[in-house]
Amino acid sequence: MTVFAVVAAGVVMVLAVVLIVLALVYYLVSTIVALRKINAGLDEVISGVGEIVEKSAPVNDVVNAINSQLDAAVDVLEGLLVKKAGMRDAMGLIEGMYPGAAAAGLRNFPESGSVDAPRIGEVYTKGTLSLARLGRAAPIAALSPQGAVLRNVEGGSLAARALYPDVRHTTPEKLPQSPVIGADAPEQYEQREDIGAPRKRFPASR
Amino acid sequence: MTLWWIGNALLLLVVLPIVVYLLNGVLQSARSIVPSVQGIATVAAAGSRDLDAVALLLTTKDQVEQTVAGLAGYGTSLDVILDDAERQS
Repeated sequence: MTVFAVVAAGVVMVLAVVLIVLALVYYLVSTIVALRKINAGLDEVISGVGEIVEKSAPVNDVVNAINSQLDAAVDVLEGLLVKKAGMRDAMGLIEGMYPGAAAAGLRNFPESGSVDAPRIGEVYTKGTLSLARLGRAAPIAALSPQGAVLRNVEGGSLAARALYPDVRHTTPEKLPQSPVIGADAPEQYEQREDIGAPRKRFPASR
Repeated sequence: MTLWWIGNALLLLVVLPIVVYLLNGVLQSARSIVPSVQGIATVAAAGSRDLDAVALLLTTKDQVEQTVAGLAGYGTSLDVILDDAERQS
């Protein structure tokens, strides 16, 4: 009886240990398989990230170079505009083309934000006529390319109108008259015989 | 003998479930990482493909340089031309 009990207890213990080992083997092997998949996935990630790093490496330098070039262009254009048109007219031109942009001001001219920008319409006389006199094929040069430079910025719009090949601004003595309309008009646009004739009388009905 | 049986019972009823529980937790955690890593790998590959056009930035840079050089030349010429025209008037 005692021997049987000892053997039984030993068998149960061995069975328990075997079960524990089997559980360890199953879960650890499964974990190893999962970790190998993770390892393979991380290899792909590292490869992709490496490509990203390699491809994006020159971006900083290139973008900085482009920005510096564009900064230089902005400097040139702002300087030229302010030099040629003056600060007030320059802001007026900017406001005319991009409403609201004058409030932001020019980058290289901090005081430009506080300038009271004038309203400048489609025709800006200062410089435009100079270009016209230089032989540009601008319509503004069609009438008097040899005329004086327009300096009156306040009345520039009216003055510039004189440059166009129109006749009304010259206040001619006689302009073509407007057509006369009505029954007495010399030219009747609707030729009908019954116009001006007595009204037809229809026989009275009973 | 009694202690032996108690030990056996502890092995089967306590130690084995705890081992299974802990190992199962580790396995589930490891398995849950796999799809995430695969998703990251896909995104990284797509991001790498998206950056294929970065090489064109060098062309953009060259063109910007040429444009700005032309702009500077044009601005300088315009400056001189307008000065001359105003002097002549």
